[in-house]
Amino acid sequence: MLNRLSDAMNFQAQALTLRAERQRLLASNIANADTPGYQSKDMDFAKALREATSPATTANSNQTLTQRTQNALQSSLSAMTSMDSNTVDMDRERASFADNTVKYEASLRFLNGSIRTMLDAMKSPNAA
Amino acid sequence: MSMFNIFHISGSAVSAQSQRLNAVASNMANADTVAGPDGQAYKARQVVFQSVLAQNGMDQTDVGVQVVGVQENQTPGRRVHDPSHQLADADGYVTYSNVNSVEEMVNMISASRSYQNNLEVMGTAKSLLLKTLQMGQG
Repeated sequence: MLNRLSDAMNFQAQALTLRAERQRLLASNIANADTPGYQSKDMDFAKALREATSPATTANSNQTLTQRTQNALQSSLSAMTSMDSNTVDMDRERASFADNTVKYEASLRFLNGSIRTMLDAMKSPNAA
Repeated sequence: MSMFNIFHISGSAVSAQSQRLNAVASNMANADTVAGPDGQAYKARQVVFQSVLAQNGMDQTDVGVQVVGVQENQTPGRRVHDPSHQLADADGYVTYSNVNSVEEMVNMISASRSYQNNLEVMGTAKSLLLKTLQMGQG
C-alpha cells in the first residue's frame, strides 16, 4: 500500500535525479572549456527519463544511475572547430545550463506540490 | 554523487584559471626585461591544461581540470642594436624578452571570462541544492 503513496511522486523524483546528473555533465563541459582536445558531451534527457520510468523495463530497474547516464550520453554538436580540437561551445553550454536549472526547479516545485497534496489528504478534517 | 561533485569540478576549473592568470601576470611584469650577462632573456610562459577523470572508473560525467605543467615559449627575444646600453653584448645588441603584450591581454580576458563562468556554475549549483534541502517544508 505504501507503494501507492510513493508512485505518484516517482516520475518527478526520477526526473529530478536525472536533471542533477545533467547539471554535473554541463558543469564538466564548462570547466573544460579551455582544455585542448576535450570533447563536450550532453545527455539525451528524454531517452534517459523514458527508460527510467517505463514500466516495461523492470529488468533494467537494477541499472544504476551512472549506467543510465552513460547510456544516454552523446557528443554535443559544435558550431565551429577550434585549433586545439576543443569542442566546447561556451554559449550553448551556458544556455543549456540555464535551461536545465529552470527545469530542475520546476521538478522540485511539482514534487513539493505532490507532497503538499498528500499531506493535506492525510490530515484529519476539522468537521467531525 | 549528484550535484555535490559540481563544487569539485568547478573548483578545479577556478583554480586552474587562476594559475593561468598568474602566468599572464608574470609575463606582463617581465615584458621589458633584457638578457643578463648569461644571454638568456625572459621567455613567455603558458600553463598546460589537462582533463582529470574522476577516480570512480566508469563515470565520465565528472571531468575536472588540472594544470600539468608550464611551457616556455622558445621564440628568440627581440634584438635591438644599442651599443650604449650597459648590458649590450659584444656586437652591441641588447636582447629583450619574447613576451607579446597583446597576446597576453587576450589571454587574460579569456581566463577571466572562464573564471566568472565557473563561479556562476558553482553559485547556481549551491542555490539549487539549498532549495532541494527545503523540499516539503513551508
